[in-house]
Amino acid sequence: MTGTKKTARVFALAGVAALALSACGTTGGNNSANAGSGNSSGSGSCGHYEIAYMGALTGPNGALGQNMLGGINTALSEYNAKHADCKVTVKTFDSQGDPDQASKLALNVVNDTKVVGLIGPGFSGESKATGKTFFSAGLPSISPSATEVDLTEQGWTTWHRVIGNDSAQGAADAKYLTGKKVFVVDDASVYGKGLADVVRKGLKPVGNDEVQTGQTDFSATVTKIKGSGADAVFYGGYYAESGLLVKQLRQAGWKGLFMSGDGSEDPAFVKVAGSQAAEGAVLSAPAAPAPADFGTKYASANPGKTAGLYSTQSYDAANIFLAGIDAGDTSLSKMNDFVTNYSGTGVSGPIKFDSKGDIQTSTIYAYSVKNGQLDTANPAPIK
Amino acid sequence: MHTFTHQFFELTITGLVLGSIYALVALGYTMVYGVLQLINFAHSEVFMYGTFATAWVFVFFDQTGVNSIGGEIGFLLIALVVAMLVSGGVALLLERVAYRPLIKKNAPKLIALISAIGASFVLSEAMGLRDRIAAWFGLEDNLGNYVGNARNNYTMPVQINPKGLFTIGDYTVTDIDVITIVAALGMMFALQVFVSRTRFGRGIRAVAQDPESAALMGVNSTRVIQLTFFLGGLMAGAAATLYMLRIGSTRNDAGFIFGVKAFTAAVMGGIGNLRGALLGGLILGVAENWGSAFLGSQWKDVVAFVLLVVILLIRPQGLLGESLGKARA
Amino acid sequence: MNRYYDFAPSGLSRGWSAFRGWLGGLLDNKPTRVALIAVGIVFVYALPLLNLPVITTSGVDFGGVMFDAAAYALIAVGLNIVIGYAGLLDLGYVGFYAIGAYTTGILTTYHFHWPFLLALPVAIAVTMLSGLILGAPTLRVRGDYLAIVTLGFGEIIRLVIVNTHWLGAAQGIDNIPAPPNIGPNAPGQGGGLFQVPHLSWGTFPNIIDVGHKTPFLKFGPIDAIPFYWMIVTAFFIVIIADILVKNSRVGRAWEATREDEDAAELMGVPTFKFKLLAFALGAAVGGLSGAFYATRNGFISPATFLLLLSELFVAAVIVGGAGNRWGAAFGGVLVAYLPDRFRSFSDWRMLVFGLALMALAIWRPQGIFPPRRTRRALAAEAQIEELEGEAVDV
Repeated sequence: MTGTKKTARVFALAGVAALALSACGTTGGNNSANAGSGNSSGSGSCGHYEIAYMGALTGPNGALGQNMLGGINTALSEYNAKHADCKVTVKTFDSQGDPDQASKLALNVVNDTKVVGLIGPGFSGESKATGKTFFSAGLPSISPSATEVDLTEQGWTTWHRVIGNDSAQGAADAKYLTGKKVFVVDDASVYGKGLADVVRKGLKPVGNDEVQTGQTDFSATVTKIKGSGADAVFYGGYYAESGLLVKQLRQAGWKGLFMSGDGSEDPAFVKVAGSQAAEGAVLSAPAAPAPADFGTKYASANPGKTAGLYSTQSYDAANIFLAGIDAGDTSLSKMNDFVTNYSGTGVSGPIKFDSKGDIQTSTIYAYSVKNGQLDTANPAPIK
Repeated sequence: MHTFTHQFFELTITGLVLGSIYALVALGYTMVYGVLQLINFAHSEVFMYGTFATAWVFVFFDQTGVNSIGGEIGFLLIALVVAMLVSGGVALLLERVAYRPLIKKNAPKLIALISAIGASFVLSEAMGLRDRIAAWFGLEDNLGNYVGNARNNYTMPVQINPKGLFTIGDYTVTDIDVITIVAALGMMFALQVFVSRTRFGRGIRAVAQDPESAALMGVNSTRVIQLTFFLGGLMAGAAATLYMLRIGSTRNDAGFIFGVKAFTAAVMGGIGNLRGALLGGLILGVAENWGSAFLGSQWKDVVAFVLLVVILLIRPQGLLGESLGKARA
Repeated sequence: MNRYYDFAPSGLSRGWSAFRGWLGGLLDNKPTRVALIAVGIVFVYALPLLNLPVITTSGVDFGGVMFDAAAYALIAVGLNIVIGYAGLLDLGYVGFYAIGAYTTGILTTYHFHWPFLLALPVAIAVTMLSGLILGAPTLRVRGDYLAIVTLGFGEIIRLVIVNTHWLGAAQGIDNIPAPPNIGPNAPGQGGGLFQVPHLSWGTFPNIIDVGHKTPFLKFGPIDAIPFYWMIVTAFFIVIIADILVKNSRVGRAWEATREDEDAAELMGVPTFKFKLLAFALGAAVGGLSGAFYATRNGFISPATFLLLLSELFVAAVIVGGAGNRWGAAFGGVLVAYLPDRFRSFSDWRMLVFGLALMALAIWRPQGIFPPRRTRRALAAEAQIEELEGEAVDV
């Protein structure tokens, strides 16, 4: 390579970088997408209000977010039918459940002056990454699904949730398992480990193990469970792993009670495990079954879709903001006061927030798999 | 600790079962590396397509309920063939689209890695968006059973229950265990014979050892590279069927972690070496289970990687050395 | 074994070289060059305020995106030392990013309460040290084996964080403080030394958006632009250091090691030491970027530091042009920016990004901005080809 003719030109690289950037800036046409292009159906004297939704709408967790958005849409279509002259719309911020994307999107949410309140963030990680931003901007938020205990210990007075936190659920789960020799497994995620640790505190497990999300072979865990002589297993985590764990446990001949939390309370749990292996499994959730007419309302607002996990909570959260708009509390600080002092009964149960933003009374229900199906209609409240 | 001594056989045998699946996938990495000195990062997706193909076969034949291996053996064989062909086809496509243009241009080695990473995103995302792609053709309803809920876990419609055959120590070995290990060993043996005994295999070895001389001797290197990718794909497809027989559920991102493990196994055994892939896979599978028992399952992957580093420090060329081709870097 | 893409002089590339000639001529004139560089630097700083059409991301805060882009550019410059200069394929670079972020998190809030500016140099030092500790055993492994070993270490670092209570485990660390504000900071006043208005491209007379201002040097959670200015400044400092190191004996030793390790060793270059140095310097820059990420985000958790990120970092360096610091930086900007620019593709954006990576690899295998020596080699190759009428390997 030596001795080649020097043809490359020497030029200052900073200039090139700047030039390349400015070239990017000047070449395109004028199709600049407008960030604030929410639909302008709102009209008349009432002003145009938006409720923001932030959570996963696409990506691996997109299905859960779609359930939430469906619940919000259901509430909005009811409201807008009654207030044809003063419609409220939802503006979505799709974080894919990723805290890093959420922290950027949060800046958009707080800079959008039409937004009166936020439903979300969907998950605990993104809630932690954005809570400070929303709190600094004074934007009231209601999460339908983030259950990590710490979230309400941060002093963020704008942060609320309409779902019982992991500590309420874990304590109930531990109570449910009282008297059994329990082996506790979690998936090392914020949610799974948080919930499992509360269960661990509530009883004396005969053994513990921790797996990874995305893991599919649980042979070592199965061996440990069998070796421990446990007659019950509690799993903190999501259905993709819990389904496989119970399947491999049953295949290895283990016959005890399998229990998991709301992350597994999904019909897909039965699909992943297989109906035979899933039979008899108990899945707890801090949510009452939806009233019968909710399904019809949901289907008419979201054609072709059925309500799922977190749909009822999202519907309730949207209705709180809509009631605030009706009461005329459309400034952020007034809306926050309205939400903080709200008291009412939603489809997911009675709603009243304590001083930290947690829901005051939350009943945890045990759903079980019967006849090869997750029986979503008849859960037993854990008392 | 007491778990370990008590259940030594269970941990070891289930580890060997998983390890033999790693080994089959590792063959794809090892062969491509042997011939091209490229890390085929998208091989994990080749495996993932095989897992879906396996499940699709059972959906196609409408197999539901609970059955034993004996009752499903015919469908399993069909699934095995289909999965191997699908994975082989994806591997060929990958070679054609992501690698051949670069090989033609004599591009630097690292850029192939980027192309492979890009291809890996595309393949995985295409599977995760298969419902939307079907909708372009208006087929989302007709194909609902195959493409619905594309981002969620996709499961085998039939539950295949294992049957205990005999006992070693405290562990009852099941028919699934035996089939997995026997099938994996059989596949590898066949591949070894193919590479070492046939004319095509001679071409592969020639290109691996010295591409220029091979070209002078009239070996069509494009054909050899295609064949290498295809063979790696076939093995990944077979691994996919065995994986689905055991696990029964897959997803569009299921390949990633599995691929990293299989690649680790290939390097551990000596990359480019077919027997090395087998040894690496088995050691990795067993080490993961033992590590999980000693330290807890959360340290499983750490055990695997630490073992890799230790092996490479003691034997820099891997356990069995490089034999398909020697490193030219 | 140096293989390069031989590109035929098409009309397009002829036009491009004419343009380059013109630019080179312009830059030979010293005052013009200084002025152009100054304009370029001002432009980079002003970018998030300008709201330029087309390049400004819609639907996601442009300041936040630009911060990420600058953070990735910084990482790419650091990784370029390892990959581009020393020729070591590091697939576990995300580990150093994580160590930088976690050192910051632990020192400023989780176990101690240091101010950010004190924690920053310690974070860099800790990352550099960890680069030495991890590099010492791994760099004895040659060639492609290094890729999997570093990948393993990157993953080990993440798993150790997930499983260690002292490091915050899966829950992560929150409430990481921002750097100190400069200037008045009365509540309701917006704060900062002064406020910089943004531009708006709506109706013509209202080009200055007075309703939307960024306070200068006030690091708050609702505006990412001051953080962007901070990291861009760090970026320029690292670039200057990079130029100095590359042009010294160390840079030449790296080049010799990369091209032929045995020959370099024979000529008396202690190659292992220099590889280790590259690894440690690269790590330090990764740690610096990680520290900035931690303070900007205020929250870190192991879920961020996935293997996938390592792949993206490597992609940034190679797509931009390994060996050319500006190319690598540009690659970093692209990798951070494109997925957010493609947001309107929503579900399809990772697929589109994957296609973009493949297309770049195939159409421009030497990277978007290849280093000078590659361009020289290409030119030589083209020349030989012209003389012999046939492509050859150089």
